[in-house]
Amino acid sequence: MWRRIPERYRMAGSLCENCRQNFFPRRTFCPICRRKGKIVDKQMSGKGKVFAYSLVTAPPVGYEGEIPYILAIIELDEGPKVTAQIVDCKCDKLEIGTKVKSAFRRITEDGDEGIIYYGFKFKLDK
Amino acid sequence: MRRVAIIGVGMSKFGEVWERGFRELVAEAGLRAIEDAKVQGEEIDALFGGTMAAGRLIGQEHIAALIADYMGINPTAATRVEDACASGGVALRTGMMAVASGLHDMVVVGGVEKMTDVAVGDATSALGGAGDQEWELFMGATFPSLYAFIAQRHMKDYGTTEEQMAAVAVKNHANASKNKYAQYQNEITIEQVMKSKVIASPLKLFDCSPITDGAAAVVLCPLDKAKKYTDTPIEIIGTGQASDTIALHSRESFTTLKATKIAAKKAYDMAKVGPKDIKVAEVHDCFTIAELLAIEDLGFFKKGEGGKATANGETALNSKISINTSGGLKGCGHPVGATGVKQAVEIAWQLRGDAGARQVSGAEYGLTQNVGGSGATAVVHIYKRAD
Ligand SMILES: [Zn+2]
Repeated sequence: MWRRIPERYRMAGSLCENCRQNFFPRRTFCPICRRKGKIVDKQMSGKGKVFAYSLVTAPPVGYEGEIPYILAIIELDEGPKVTAQIVDCKCDKLEIGTKVKSAFRRITEDGDEGIIYYGFKFKLDK
Repeated sequence: MRRVAIIGVGMSKFGEVWERGFRELVAEAGLRAIEDAKVQGEEIDALFGGTMAAGRLIGQEHIAALIADYMGINPTAATRVEDACASGGVALRTGMMAVASGLHDMVVVGGVEKMTDVAVGDATSALGGAGDQEWELFMGATFPSLYAFIAQRHMKDYGTTEEQMAAVAVKNHANASKNKYAQYQNEITIEQVMKSKVIASPLKLFDCSPITDGAAAVVLCPLDKAKKYTDTPIEIIGTGQASDTIALHSRESFTTLKATKIAAKKAYDMAKVGPKDIKVAEVHDCFTIAELLAIEDLGFFKKGEGGKATANGETALNSKISINTSGGLKGCGHPVGATGVKQAVEIAWQLRGDAGARQVSGAEYGLTQNVGGSGATAVVHIYKRAD
């Protein structure tokens, strides 16, 4: 979990200087250029638009208290797509293409040890 | 490379089988297949067992050895194969490779999952392991929600409707009602699907395959020895498998499973047949939208036209192409690791003329398509009766 903190807390991604492709989450190896790739750090802006969304009413373990929640695929302005929840918003305010921005939130809690995990969710970018 | 045939098939009754455990299920399916093949247990020199999440679902690993033990075929080379929901189909391909290579002569391929021993939420989480744990599941994704994204994009890009998706479930229940091994024996209506509880919009409960206990098995041997055991060997004439990104969001298009297209092309090329030659196919309808993607990606219908074709009845029993005559994952049930093997069992029955009330007439070739996760694995096989 701690290994993912830079990505989950501030959306740290990667850029391949060879093919100019941005990646999120970070990669150590460009899957397009393979050995010719040159990976460097790249900060994502956290802004993007909705690519697809769904109102989830049947949760996995650990998310029972969250339902119903809106889960979406967001296409970041830098290109990569991410899966995340959209908060402070009703489904009828959303469509494919709606602009959103990331927000730092509590994601889930480990039932046994009570550890709280944080990360990004998205909200409307008005 | 040697040509490979299926000489025996068997499966357990799929469903919520609370009174029987994992080992009873595999023993039942395996022994039926061995009996059907009329081989002796000691002739079997290898076993490949497909299961996805036995560790999470029943706390048991090392299941290939357990299967061999309970089928009474020790000592044999017993190997577990895991590729999420495609575990069964990949086990079949692995067994085929073992026979084709000449390393093994008589191979049992089994698939099994015992899913109802845990609560529904725990099963949902275990199945979630087929996706990207860190970047999908952690964010609250479930498999229904991933396929909901696919459905929403298919609706937006091609005008597919919820009623057209519902038509998949209605058709598969109608087929299941003619299959004594199926989890569901009842027909349903479009209205019932449309009124069922939303799970992950736009997908509703009746768009989703159920949680199922079950096992299936086939016996493989070289084609040139198959006639010693059966008058109706079923040759596997094509196989293809491909991988794609583990996370759905990493893919350019959501409305095509690229792994299916690539696996299908390899299988068609190897078999030297095309989509038009296939009259019966078992495809991976873990959700109704997945069947629409499958019948398009396999080349049976143009991209975007699967929904309309299904609503028009073109995939019903003995129509243009009979899709999921077993009832599919939706109607027959989806014991994850067993599904890919069950698909081969159904196609063998169809090509042998043993499918009873759901028999397809005039099918020379059959096809199976088995998908892992949201499409990170796909495996396609093509079959032909070889008597
Ligand atoms: Zn690159």
